[in-house]
Amino acid sequence: MTLQVELVSPERILYSGEADMVVCRTVAGGEVAFLTGHAPFLAALETGVVRVKTGSGEEVAAVHGGFVEVRDNRVIILSDVAELAKDIDVSRAERAKSEATGDDEDAIEARKRADARLDAAKRAS
Amino acid sequence: MASGQERVLRRRIKSIQSTKKITRAMELIAASRIVKAQQRVAAARPYSEQITAVMGNLAAGGAGLDHPLLQERDPVRKVGFILISADRGLAGAYNSTVIRTAERALQAHQAEGRDYELTLSGKKAEGYFRYREYRIGDAFSGYAEVPSYEDARRVARAAMERYERGSGEEGGTDQVELIYTRFLSMGTQKVVNVRLLPMEREAIEDAAKAGDGPQAAYEFEPEPGQILERLLPRYVEGRVFAAMLDAAASEQAARQRAMKAATDNAEDLIKKLATVANKVRQAGITTEIMEIVGGAEALRLAKTGGKVDYFPETVLSRDLLVDHLDRSGAYR
Repeated sequence: MTLQVELVSPERILYSGEADMVVCRTVAGGEVAFLTGHAPFLAALETGVVRVKTGSGEEVAAVHGGFVEVRDNRVIILSDVAELAKDIDVSRAERAKSEATGDDEDAIEARKRADARLDAAKRAS
Repeated sequence: MASGQERVLRRRIKSIQSTKKITRAMELIAASRIVKAQQRVAAARPYSEQITAVMGNLAAGGAGLDHPLLQERDPVRKVGFILISADRGLAGAYNSTVIRTAERALQAHQAEGRDYELTLSGKKAEGYFRYREYRIGDAFSGYAEVPSYEDARRVARAAMERYERGSGEEGGTDQVELIYTRFLSMGTQKVVNVRLLPMEREAIEDAAKAGDGPQAAYEFEPEPGQILERLLPRYVEGRVFAAMLDAAASEQAARQRAMKAATDNAEDLIKKLATVANKVRQAGITTEIMEIVGGAEALRLAKTGGKVDYFPETVLSRDLLVDHLDRSGAYR
């Protein structure tokens, strides 16, 4: 038995496939891992990394907010801003991080996003 | 005279031919872009379906529907409009139809004493309303043919922000209507006016009921109300995005049709003008022949002293008509 995973952005389905485990970060509860047979679950996601463990390896993506729904061994991750690790431009993320220096909300948010992208890129490599 | 007229006609034909080449190219480009735009519409569907399903599950899971984006306001003093038009023209009636629909809706609200606030997407809408000195709240442009989610988010946020402010404050609204062109098929596009805010509760309740079979007992994190609070703005953005994608596909379809009509018209015009030009040329030749024959006849009459010789052997037609019949110069 495997999980059926879909990572969906508003513009397209970024990833769709089978997996053994999915790990993501929710707003309230920190890291959550889903295995087959998980109880129905619905959560809001934090800016962070989503990891999809498959038999052959791992698919990593950075999400900036979004939602996860688990039900009947289907994991659906909805995120309005999501990027697969292989699509992440590391140098751009680094630049974004170094440019976001302020203490205001926007800068903190931008740093968080850049961190998530760098983290995702690092884990994937 | 005659040849001058002909030259003018030929010049017009040439200019129409080059116009035709351009419209034909635009027609083909638009046709290929429709396909891409439709693919974009299709690719965006899973997200909006899923987000609607999640919303249904949250409602079924006990999220209270008392979010401000769901609250009907009474009375409605100010209506916001999100109007989605194109950045470019040359798309037939595409822009004018959507703009006219919006203007009518706006005037209908005004007639009932409600004020308006415009959130415009696309250069064409902005140009129209600015020229007529309407008050424009926000205007966005530069992406109409290939809208990204980020573009939709900016527009949706601007409208939501005004809605949240409410009509009590400067620039705030009590209701938001979304006007765009829905892509029904290659041949049919329709301008629609849908209420965006407050959101129809029935839509959520229907989604809650549509949840497959007996509702699974979801575990929520954080509690459903808080998730819904985050989800509703995304849902509104998603609807604006879907509207923009539909509008982009409609724009290309309208442009393709308009350019096809233009190409066909150019073809007709070329045919008509070519006929006229040929007639003028023929008339010119005939006149010249008449002049030459007349001239030769006069000469001959003068030589023979008025005696008419109906079968002259000395004047051959090839001598008379050398300029007209013998283009190759073989007789010269």
